[in-house]
Amino acid sequence: MTLTQAEKAAVVTIWAKVATQADAIGAESLERLFSSYPQTKTYFPHFDLSQGSAQLRGHGSKVMNAVGEAVKHVDDIRGALAKLSELHAYILRVDPVNFKLLSHCILCSVAARYPSDFTPEVHAAWDKFLSSVSSVLTEKYR
Amino acid sequence: MVHWSAEEKQLISSIWGKVNVEECGAEALARLLIVYPWTQRFFSNFGNLSSPTAIIGNPKVRAHGKKVLTSFGEAVKNLDNIKGTYSKLSELHCEKLHVDPENFRLLGDILVIVLASHFGRDFTPACQFAWQKLVGVVAHALARRYH
Repeated sequence: MTLTQAEKAAVVTIWAKVATQADAIGAESLERLFSSYPQTKTYFPHFDLSQGSAQLRGHGSKVMNAVGEAVKHVDDIRGALAKLSELHAYILRVDPVNFKLLSHCILCSVAARYPSDFTPEVHAAWDKFLSSVSSVLTEKYR
Repeated sequence: MVHWSAEEKQLISSIWGKVNVEECGAEALARLLIVYPWTQRFFSNFGNLSSPTAIIGNPKVRAHGKKVLTSFGEAVKNLDNIKGTYSKLSELHCEKLHVDPENFRLLGDILVIVLASHFGRDFTPACQFAWQKLVGVVAHALARRYH
């Protein structure tokens, strides 16, 4: 699945806004993930997952930084996330189904904060982009 | 039977009370057709679905979106018997419409995103949890009579 030029442009444009609140959006997305899909907490037994926890905020930042890298290198997401891809395949081994869940929660957080920017076209581009990122992160699993 | 806590019921009904079913339904269906274009396979008689603009402006999409979300309202009104509420609709979607139940999950998630965009901060994680549960139960009920 490749993004069209228009889709890449939509991703980059809205990222400019999202980036200004990346940390908060990251934390909120994780909060939504753990709340709506409690089974995802099994990957974080070592974390304090209470609302506003430092670990939640720190990890949310990490996730959004990676998303930002993918945006910056939207023409070569595979190259940009190669190390992360190996990390997820060999160390973290998060079941692939969970990438869809987190992507959905990121979309919810972005939609909630930027409703007028989150047009159907932008929604489609971001869904596809996050799906691409998820594919890259799971492609070395087997 | 699904168990709903008082808080979940309250989160669901307080949001639902502020939903414009016609607008929200139209938007949810349009986004489904735009974000997951393969879902257009069920709507070959809807006319022009060639672009997001065409889909959003398509009167059949609007009308059908309203129909779908109105039906969803039945679940909200009958949280304690969603299975029974959708029994006939489930048979219809299987036997006449031949819709893969995965599409119910896709539409449910799109609806959650539409609600997030309409309600912003008010669509808290707790709120999302209640609504994810609801759309999941509805999807399950619609798939239940498949054979």
